[in-house]
Amino acid sequence: MSVNDNGQAYYIPDPSPWPIIGMVSLLTTLLGTALTINGVGIGNILVIAGLLLFAYLLFGWFRDVISENLSNKYNAKVGVSFRMGMMWFIASEVFFFAAFFGSLFYVRNIALPWLGGEGYLSMTQEILHSQFQMAWPSNGPGELGGEFTPMGAWGIPALNTFLLLSSGATITWAHWGLKENNQKQLVNGLFATIALGVLFVMMQAYEYGHAYSELNLTLESGIYGSTFYMLTGFHGFHVCMGAIMLMAILGRSMKGHFTPHNHFAFEAVAWYWHFVDVVWLGLFIFVYWF
Amino acid sequence: MTTTTMTHDEAHHDHAPTGLKRWLFSTNHKDIGTLYLLFALTMLFLGGASAMVIRAELFLPGIQLVDPDLYNNLVTNHALLMIFGAVMPAAAGLANWMIPLMIGAPDMALPRMNNLSFWILPAAATMLILSFVVPFFPGGGTQINTGWTLYPPLSIKVGMSMDFLIFAIHLLGISSILASINIIVTLLNMRAPGMTLMKMPMFCWTWLVTAFLLILVVPVLAGGVTMLLFDRHFGTSFFDAAGGGDPVLFQHLFWFFGHPEVYILLLPSIGVLSHVIPTFARKPLFGYKSMVGAMLAVATIGMVVWAHHQYTIGMSLGAVTYFMVGTILISIPVGLMIFNFIATMWRGSMTFETPMLFAVGIVLMFTFGGLSGVMLAVVPADMQYHDSMFVVAHFHYVLMPGAVFGLFAGVFYWLPKWTGHMYDEKLAKIFFWTNVIGFNITFFPQHFLGLAGMPRRIVDYNAIFTEFNVLSSIGAMIFGLSHLLLLYIVIKTIRGGKKAKNRSWEGAKGLEWEVGSPPEFHTWTTAPQIK
Repeated sequence: MSVNDNGQAYYIPDPSPWPIIGMVSLLTTLLGTALTINGVGIGNILVIAGLLLFAYLLFGWFRDVISENLSNKYNAKVGVSFRMGMMWFIASEVFFFAAFFGSLFYVRNIALPWLGGEGYLSMTQEILHSQFQMAWPSNGPGELGGEFTPMGAWGIPALNTFLLLSSGATITWAHWGLKENNQKQLVNGLFATIALGVLFVMMQAYEYGHAYSELNLTLESGIYGSTFYMLTGFHGFHVCMGAIMLMAILGRSMKGHFTPHNHFAFEAVAWYWHFVDVVWLGLFIFVYWF
Repeated sequence: MTTTTMTHDEAHHDHAPTGLKRWLFSTNHKDIGTLYLLFALTMLFLGGASAMVIRAELFLPGIQLVDPDLYNNLVTNHALLMIFGAVMPAAAGLANWMIPLMIGAPDMALPRMNNLSFWILPAAATMLILSFVVPFFPGGGTQINTGWTLYPPLSIKVGMSMDFLIFAIHLLGISSILASINIIVTLLNMRAPGMTLMKMPMFCWTWLVTAFLLILVVPVLAGGVTMLLFDRHFGTSFFDAAGGGDPVLFQHLFWFFGHPEVYILLLPSIGVLSHVIPTFARKPLFGYKSMVGAMLAVATIGMVVWAHHQYTIGMSLGAVTYFMVGTILISIPVGLMIFNFIATMWRGSMTFETPMLFAVGIVLMFTFGGLSGVMLAVVPADMQYHDSMFVVAHFHYVLMPGAVFGLFAGVFYWLPKWTGHMYDEKLAKIFFWTNVIGFNITFFPQHFLGLAGMPRRIVDYNAIFTEFNVLSSIGAMIFGLSHLLLLYIVIKTIRGGKKAKNRSWEGAKGLEWEVGSPPEFHTWTTAPQIK
């Protein structure tokens, strides 16, 4: 029923300009990117314009949603829709990462053994690149990118694991504070989470610099470099997104937007943060460790 | 922004925004559904035009109209326009229009996001068309000669137009994922009280499964083309054996998406049939539960058989055997669906209005396409058929009846509901017969061409294949032109015609027939009680 138990109807928003602005911003950004990577000068301007428009869109759209929420237009059922929507969005993200993890497993367990002459393709190996041995890490028979040192697990990556896991704990602590209507604990918890997230990104940036300048481990370092930077890079991008979302939530917490029973935005961001956390554990195990 | 809360006693029934704003800023599932359908119709004609050029070129052996790269680019565009531009948006349009009406919901669960998922499509279409246009300009690089599968290493060597195509695919992916989230949430959260999942109309069930598949597989395609982009521009070697990568990896990523995509295209049409056949046979759907089970089985098995598109790449014997057995297994639940449709018609008091004609045509022709699919699933046989015109005939027999005719059936079935007018039954029947006969003349001979050894995706062919190609091209012209009649019927119905009753068809069951024809701007502001 569109009318729920407290007699309030399911909220259908009025016509909104944001979706179409979203379309224009996405089109401008991607058109600009396509031109930029092909060296067409005007592309840069389009990318910047598109991203600015996108930022404007985010501000505008969420401002509308927040004001609708604060003026109690949403009944419980709208809240369920939002929650389910966020869960399915995270599910789609899981499969996005699954594509990259799947590629890593495929390369390590199927493609490289083939190149190393396993199975009935041994003739190919003998003729084309008989000196190549199956190994991991590898930059392939062509040794693309030259000799490199792989990234070890027990330096910065282990520290980063600790940072992200702690941030998962601090955000839960913040959630406890929120549920007990303890605003100070909420704000402190969120602040700690953001600090840990930002520290993580900084460590990751340092690690990339170290890899490029001292280990000769680059995006061009064959399949190891490709999978390493693709997986950690997309994860890092998601951490940045998550940190921005956390900052928005921190701002709203300081304004006192959340109540112990009505804080969907907080939950959504917390779920997203935990998701990013879990992806990192996968990265630590399969990219760094083994 | 002004805000309006709808309450059940003062619903804004005839409060439709006016002008351009109504369409650009819409948060109404009916308007967005209409937009989806109009977009799909436009893309149907664009994709159809590219198909006409392909068939005109293949009318006679030799190269007459288009050079080989342009020919292959047309093949690429035809596939992408039809799959992502025509069929998926049309199915999403039906979902937008019908799901809230069918489950007694006031709108889709997330109306603003609904509009976003539609409006990303024109952006994607722009990028897609740009990818076709860019090579005609100086410095625009080469044509996309890879086909819609975009296999590297060829796709890595294509010029900048490929980047436009990659971003078009990203946009299409975002649109599909947002639409799917919306549909799942609507179906799980917005059903009228008393409507349990197992009382849900079949069309809703098919879309629930379709949306689930989309959320699972579209991100993988997005990941795959992202790797392609990085291989093209940033020096990675995902698909380059010299760096330890593998071009075959892309094929796995692509078909992990591509095979479930077949069911994504098929299932909404199965849902339409599950309404059309009971209506015109005047009997309830035979085996509702088995239908749901069959659909879940198709979706589940369909997720894990993708590599049957790649038998010839040199997989191990164990792998190809697994993919063969899995693929052939799918024919069991699909056969069950067909059985249920026939059993629904059995001893029904049938009449053959246009939607029913399409439905019966689908049951026959889709079964035919399914059977040639079983032939292709058999590994040793497929080694011969692979990349021949037989494959082209097979998937057009599955996708035209399985997806497109189902959408036509849905459009004719619900057109009276949407417009408030009955369509011209006589013209619609002429459309059906020209369409179906044209389709069969086009694609039936291609089976023989393929078995005789004519490869696909090649602009020229040996003169021994001439007769069947002439026949196929003549059929294609009939088939293509018949769609102008569809356009005419749709426009005529929108403009006027015999007034449709709320229950436009005598045997029609379901909530969507209890609202007006056309429905009020907001329907089911008070949800009905389902017993």
